[in-house]
Amino acid sequence: MLKTETFTLNMGPQHPSTHGVLQVVLELDGETVVQAIPNMGYLHRGIEKLAESRTYAQFIPYTDRLDYVSSMGNNLGYCQTVEKMIGVTVPERAEYLRIIMTELNRIASHLIFMGSLAIDLGASTGMMFGFRSRERILDLFDMVCGARQTYTYIRFGGVSADIPAEFIPALERFLTDFPAMLDEYHRLLTGNEILYHRLKNTGVISAQRAVEIGLTGPALRASGVDYDIRKVEPYGIYDRFDFNVPLGQVGDCWDRYIIRMEEMKQSADIVAQALSQMPEGTIMASVPKVLKPPAGEVYHSIENPRGELGYYIVSDGGVNPYRLHVRRPSFINLQVLNETCQGLLIGDVVAILATLDSLMGEVDC
Amino acid sequence: MSNRDINTLLAKIQEQYLEDVKIVGEKAQTALLVEPQRLLDILEFLKTSESYQCNMLRNLTAVDYLEYIEVVYHLYSLSLRQAITVKTRCSMEDLQVPSATSIWPSANFQEREIYDLLGVKFTGHPDLRRILLRDEFEGHPLRKTYQAGNTGEKEVKSLC
Amino acid sequence: MQEITGLFNIAEILRGILGRFLPDPQLVDICMSLINIGAIFTIISLTAVVLVYAERKVSAFMQRRSGPNRVGPGGTLQTVADMVKLMAKEDIMPAGADRWMWMLAPILLFIPAAAVFVVFPFDNKVIFADLNIGVFYFIAMSSQSVLPFLMAGWASNNKYSLVGGMRTVAQMLSYEVPMVLSILGIVMLAGSMRMSTIVAAQQHTWFILLQPIAFVVYVITATAEINRAPFDLVEGESEIVAGPFTEYTGMRWALFFLAEYANLLAVSVIATTLFLGGWNGPWLPGWVWFFLKVGGMVFLFMWFRWTFPRLRIDQLMSFGWKVLLPLALLNIIVTGIGMYIYEFFS
Repeated sequence: MLKTETFTLNMGPQHPSTHGVLQVVLELDGETVVQAIPNMGYLHRGIEKLAESRTYAQFIPYTDRLDYVSSMGNNLGYCQTVEKMIGVTVPERAEYLRIIMTELNRIASHLIFMGSLAIDLGASTGMMFGFRSRERILDLFDMVCGARQTYTYIRFGGVSADIPAEFIPALERFLTDFPAMLDEYHRLLTGNEILYHRLKNTGVISAQRAVEIGLTGPALRASGVDYDIRKVEPYGIYDRFDFNVPLGQVGDCWDRYIIRMEEMKQSADIVAQALSQMPEGTIMASVPKVLKPPAGEVYHSIENPRGELGYYIVSDGGVNPYRLHVRRPSFINLQVLNETCQGLLIGDVVAILATLDSLMGEVDC
Repeated sequence: MSNRDINTLLAKIQEQYLEDVKIVGEKAQTALLVEPQRLLDILEFLKTSESYQCNMLRNLTAVDYLEYIEVVYHLYSLSLRQAITVKTRCSMEDLQVPSATSIWPSANFQEREIYDLLGVKFTGHPDLRRILLRDEFEGHPLRKTYQAGNTGEKEVKSLC
Repeated sequence: MQEITGLFNIAEILRGILGRFLPDPQLVDICMSLINIGAIFTIISLTAVVLVYAERKVSAFMQRRSGPNRVGPGGTLQTVADMVKLMAKEDIMPAGADRWMWMLAPILLFIPAAAVFVVFPFDNKVIFADLNIGVFYFIAMSSQSVLPFLMAGWASNNKYSLVGGMRTVAQMLSYEVPMVLSILGIVMLAGSMRMSTIVAAQQHTWFILLQPIAFVVYVITATAEINRAPFDLVEGESEIVAGPFTEYTGMRWALFFLAEYANLLAVSVIATTLFLGGWNGPWLPGWVWFFLKVGGMVFLFMWFRWTFPRLRIDQLMSFGWKVLLPLALLNIIVTGIGMYIYEFFS
């Protein structure tokens, strides 16, 4: 009788497809995964602790470094939470600018998702195409705030700068080109038989389990649970836009992929609507230079590309937050990795990691 | 869901559990303050009861108030679209709170994070280890008494 | 006499020169063999350099980038620069490695890759050894490359390498079978395993027209044999880092690389010889036709690589055994019946 035993393979922290410095300790029986335990903390910077020694405004740049491919969303979530504490009304134009920027950032983030999924499955051309289109969005952000990745564009009471004259024509050109780009990706990736068979019925997460384990964002909606904070608790001015929340049926990798592709389309639609409705006016409410929110606490969450990004801030009435906690969707979504990977192959672990789309900057905080 | 509705709902729970439950905060900050020993009962009740159906644990965190550590549960009901905040306090001498992983598996990583950064022990947690910091790390950095700068590392002598 | 240096009568000229200095005609033959071996190695290294450059440019073209464009005119010397870099690199050997096996693996891998070039007909009468079992020789030699992969995977003492090595064995062995069966159809039609006879039989009709299914099966299995995407599970960068090559550095790694491109060239040459009529073609000289066709095949393989995602191991195995193998077998049966009917009527 042959005696077989499992072996442990440390996937990461230096590994091409763990999207940063995640370590997945795989227990393998040949190619089959027995256990996949994520091990994080390699990028832990103690941002929550740092917040306690910074003023409220000083903390905005730190939020950029959480989910560093959708920094606009992080800025928005933090600023809205603090605005909720101090009770500021944001000017109309600034609200529209915020929507335009966060939705563009959602597209950019999903393009990275698409690219990294493609390269994780071995189709490097998909990644190049995704990054090429993302470049157009980064150019737009560059025009507005001079940064390509860490924007700090959204501030308390508004946004840091009004858009320059060349922004709107450039954005309109992008919106005209975008459907054609999306179509190209669908022809390159969605229509590919191999990709379909790699993703379909791989890593199925049932709707009930997805809710129990705390999945949010596209990963939850792929399982068919209708939970998009933009719809269920509209923050900012999201109630003024007409858009669909794409839902999946099975909750497999394929649904998670298709849903993000569809969300890009919806986001482009929201940007177009916001652009046509945007009024003239100021972009900044008057906010005291030294912020001292009244003692108390607020939990506020927004829909980031990776899920529900929540900020829980406790104030003691001083200039620094007494306690600041960030509910990072990537961190909580990673919990599902182990049980989803069990019984699948190494190649599937990569596909599941890619479609969960966890970002280590956010996981480790 | 308006604040008044939440308050009536919370008042109902208080009636049921009497002395173990208090309502703290006002307006949007309203929360249920629960004694640790009744915590699991109440969380279970909030999850299963018809009028709450909090099937989702959105956020779980803890705050160090020097005399005690407060663990905060942000619950959400997907079917009723309403949010409830539950809090519990444990004194610095006895940092033990029952684990909510049996009710919401999503508490797993979040409780590990709180254990790691604040040192609250969650009894009944399946795998209570440090999650962000390395295993040898000493202390819990998010405590107010934690001395930043002391990383627990031995003093590094300069080679020059 | 057929020789690889037969192009432009180089062989005759060389023979003439050597004949003046060497009294014994046998010595002349030995010298000519050595020169021919040298020529093969030159061809392999030159084509590797050209193919690496071509791959980068083709991938850049498909991904809308410019590709290498700094070293030399149009970046043509980029590969040379890379070679220099690889040679200058430190040779790191993992501590737990099985020393001799580990060192031998890249060399052993390169031998079959180079040896198959012996039977390639570059033009009419331009062939090193026109064996009467040419096709068989090619198959036998190319299947030797399984072992060095497994050696490298095992000896590296690395789990990624081991998984990669096991994958190689599974993949190459299971794709060898349909590949051989697809080539069998050609051998049946040509009635010979001699390369020059097979090419000569395609004077009027290329075998791709008579054996389209065999061609498709061959191209798919050949892609799997040389471990290129979508069958690059052996290296599968995003899964097992670099498979058996994970622990190799510098020139040792470059040998793997060289063998990979020599193999790419080899399967393209075989496709050209067996299916695309070899050197046959109007107007242009034979060797031009030959290299044009080989270039076309190489481009096809590159096209696959830069557009397809990777298969999963179970999909790969079931595709090989459940689709390609029956298809190749069916092709042989149909070919046999077809030949019988053809003979019956003519």
